[in-house]
Amino acid sequence: MRVPIRSYVSSFLLIAFFSFARVQAQDWVRTGTNLGNEKIRLAAADFKPGSADPQTPALKAVFDATLYSDLGNAGIFDLVSKSFAPQAMPGAPQEINLAQWSAAPANAAMVAFGNLSVTNGRVVVYGWLFDTRNTANPQVLGKQYNEEANQDMTRTIAHRFADEIIFRLGGGINGIAETKIYFISSRSGSKEVWAMDYDGQNQHQITHLGAITISPRISPDNTRIACASLGREGWGIRMYSLELGRMVAFPGGSTGGANQSPSWAPDGNRIAFSSSRSGDPEIWIANTDGGNAHRVTFFAGPDVSPTWNPKTGTQLAWVSGRTGLPQIYIMDQDGSNIQRMTDGGYAVSPSWAPNGQFLTFSWNRKYGPGAPGGQDIYVMDIASKRWLQLTHDAGSNDFPSWSPDGRHIVFQRQMGSHTEIWSMLSDGTQQQQLTHGGTNMMPNWSWK
Amino acid sequence: MTRRKSVVTSVALLAILVAAGCKKKNASVPSQETAPSAASSPAPTVQMAVSPSTISAGDQATLSWKTSDATDVSIDGIGKVPTTGVKTVTPAESTTYHLVAQGPGGTAEATARLVVTTAPAVAVPSNTMTAEEEFKANVQDIFFDYDTYDIRSDAQSTLSHDASYLASHPNIKVVIGGYCDERGSDEYNLALGQNRADAAKKALVSAGIAADRIRVISYGKEKPFCSESTEECWQQNRRAGFSMDQ
Repeated sequence: MRVPIRSYVSSFLLIAFFSFARVQAQDWVRTGTNLGNEKIRLAAADFKPGSADPQTPALKAVFDATLYSDLGNAGIFDLVSKSFAPQAMPGAPQEINLAQWSAAPANAAMVAFGNLSVTNGRVVVYGWLFDTRNTANPQVLGKQYNEEANQDMTRTIAHRFADEIIFRLGGGINGIAETKIYFISSRSGSKEVWAMDYDGQNQHQITHLGAITISPRISPDNTRIACASLGREGWGIRMYSLELGRMVAFPGGSTGGANQSPSWAPDGNRIAFSSSRSGDPEIWIANTDGGNAHRVTFFAGPDVSPTWNPKTGTQLAWVSGRTGLPQIYIMDQDGSNIQRMTDGGYAVSPSWAPNGQFLTFSWNRKYGPGAPGGQDIYVMDIASKRWLQLTHDAGSNDFPSWSPDGRHIVFQRQMGSHTEIWSMLSDGTQQQQLTHGGTNMMPNWSWK
Repeated sequence: MTRRKSVVTSVALLAILVAAGCKKKNASVPSQETAPSAASSPAPTVQMAVSPSTISAGDQATLSWKTSDATDVSIDGIGKVPTTGVKTVTPAESTTYHLVAQGPGGTAEATARLVVTTAPAVAVPSNTMTAEEEFKANVQDIFFDYDTYDIRSDAQSTLSHDASYLASHPNIKVVIGGYCDERGSDEYNLALGQNRADAAKKALVSAGIAADRIRVISYGKEKPFCSESTEECWQQNRRAGFSMDQ
C-alpha cells in the first residue's frame, strides 16, 4: 500500500513514514527504520581567498557560512563537519586532492570548493562540485559569479551556488536558498508586513499602513502581497506591489464586515478569501482586479483561511466551523465535492503542499475547556487522510506554510508571551528559530 | 434605574397603607411621608417639590425639600444634602428625584418628577454623567461560550435592556466589536468574532433597532480586554462589545 513517490523526493521521508509507521501511535520517537534512502555525503570546503583586498576576509566568512548553512538546511545531504575537512584549502580543480576528501574522516562522496576574491568593488566567486569517486572525470558542476562586493550580494551568490548543487543532487527539484518568507511583525509598533530570506537573514519592513495588518500572502510571481488590514469599516483585503513599493487597488476588498485571509490561485489571476458580506463569513473567489467576485461556500458559521491546491489550481482547502469546532475541509473551486479531512479537535490554517498530495495545518486534537491539549503542526496525506505530527511539546504552533520544494515548512510558535517564526523539514526535524524579539507571526513562503 | 425607583416608591406606599391600616390613630400622616414609627423617637418626615414640574430641555428647575427628625438626607444622583434645602437642576431628560431621609426613628422617602419636554439643541453637560458614561452604564456587553456565537440566555436579557435604551435614544449610533479569547488561530477568531458581533446586531435589529444605526467590526483576538491565560480572562474576551459610534 505504498503511496507512489512520483518525482518528489520531497515527500520521501513522509511517504516512508506513512507507509511503515503506525502513524497514529502515541510514541513519536524516531527509530530510524523509516530512513529508506541514504543521504549523499557532501563536503563543503572553505573557499580560498583569491585576492588581498581588505574586504575579502569578511565576505569570504559570510560566503562560507551561508553556503554551509544552505546545504545543511536543504535536508537531503549528510553534510561533512568542517572539522573533518582536510587541511589543504583547494581553490581550483588542479589544487584538490580528491583522495583526501573521499578518505576517512571526511568520507565525502561529493565536495564543493572554489575561490572568492574582491577586485574593484566586485566580488568574484568560482565554485565547483566534484564527485570524489569519479577521479577520471570528477566535475559535476562549475560556476562563476560576479556581483557588487557587499554582504547581501555575497550571501546571494552563496544561495545561488547552493541551489545549483541542490538542484543537481536533489532529484531536479529547485533549491529554496533564494526564496523569501513574508510575515507579520509588530517590531515597528504596529502589525505590518515584513520580509526575510528563507534562513532568517535580511529582515526588513515592507508595509507602513499604521493599521493592524495580518495574513500576508505573496503572489506566485513574487510581485504583490495580499494581506488583510483593519480599517474603520472593518477588515479589508489589501494589495501591496513590491515592484511599485506602494499599495495598489483591490476593488471590492473592503465591502464592510470582515474580508480577510486571502490566498492566491497558482495562476496568479484569482484570490480566494473569507468575506462576511453576505452576513456570515464565507469563502469567496475574485479576480485580482476585483472582478467576478462570487461566493463558493454556503454554511452558517465561520468559513475562513482558504488555500489553493498549487498543483492543480482547481481545489481549495479551508477551515469551517459549521459543525462547531473548526475543521479542515477540501472542495473543488466551484464549491462542489466537499470533503472533511479532520476528525475532531480544533484544526485551522491549512497550507497545501506544492506536489498536491499533502496538507499541513495546525491542530489541537484535545481542544476544550480545561483540556491541556497542545496546538501542533501536522501533515496529512490527502488520499488516505493519514497524518503525522511534526511538532511536540513546544509552545503553541500555527500558520504552517510549505516551501516551494515541499521539503520545508515555516510556522509560528508561541512560547509564553513570545511568538516567533520557525522553520523545519517537512518531517518535523531540523527545527530552527528564524526571528528573535518582538511578535513575529503568520509566515508565508514565496512560491519560488 | 427608573424601574427600581418605582419599586421603592410602591414599597413605600405599601408601607404607608399598612401603617395606616394598623394604626388608625396615625391616620393623619401626610401621604408623602412614611412612618414606620419607633416607640422612642419620632419618625422622620419629608416634603419635596420641584418647580416648575415641566421644563424645556436646557431650562432650569428648582428642587426644594424639607425634613423633620432626620439626621441623614440624600438624593439619588446628587448625593448628601442638608436636611432642608433648595437646588437648581438642569436635567437633559425627564427625571424622577428620589430623596431618602434617615433618622433615629426610621427612614422616610419622597419623590418628585420633573418632565423635560424636548431634546436640547446642543448637548447640555449633565451634572451626573457624560453621554458616553450613560451609554456605558445602559448598554452592556454580552459574553459568549468558547468557540460559539450563540446568544446565551443571560445575554438575552442584557440585549433587551440594551435595545430598550437604544430605542429611547434614537440619535445614538452603535459599533459592535466582536472579540475572542487568545486561544486558536487569528484568522478563525476574526471570523468567529464577526459571527459574534453579527449575532448581537441581529438581536438588536429584531428588537426594533434600525440596522443602519449599527456598525459591526470583528477584532478577533487583536484587542483583548485582558491578557492572562485564565478562564476568567478568556470569558472577558469572548464578547460582543458596544460603544458609541462617533
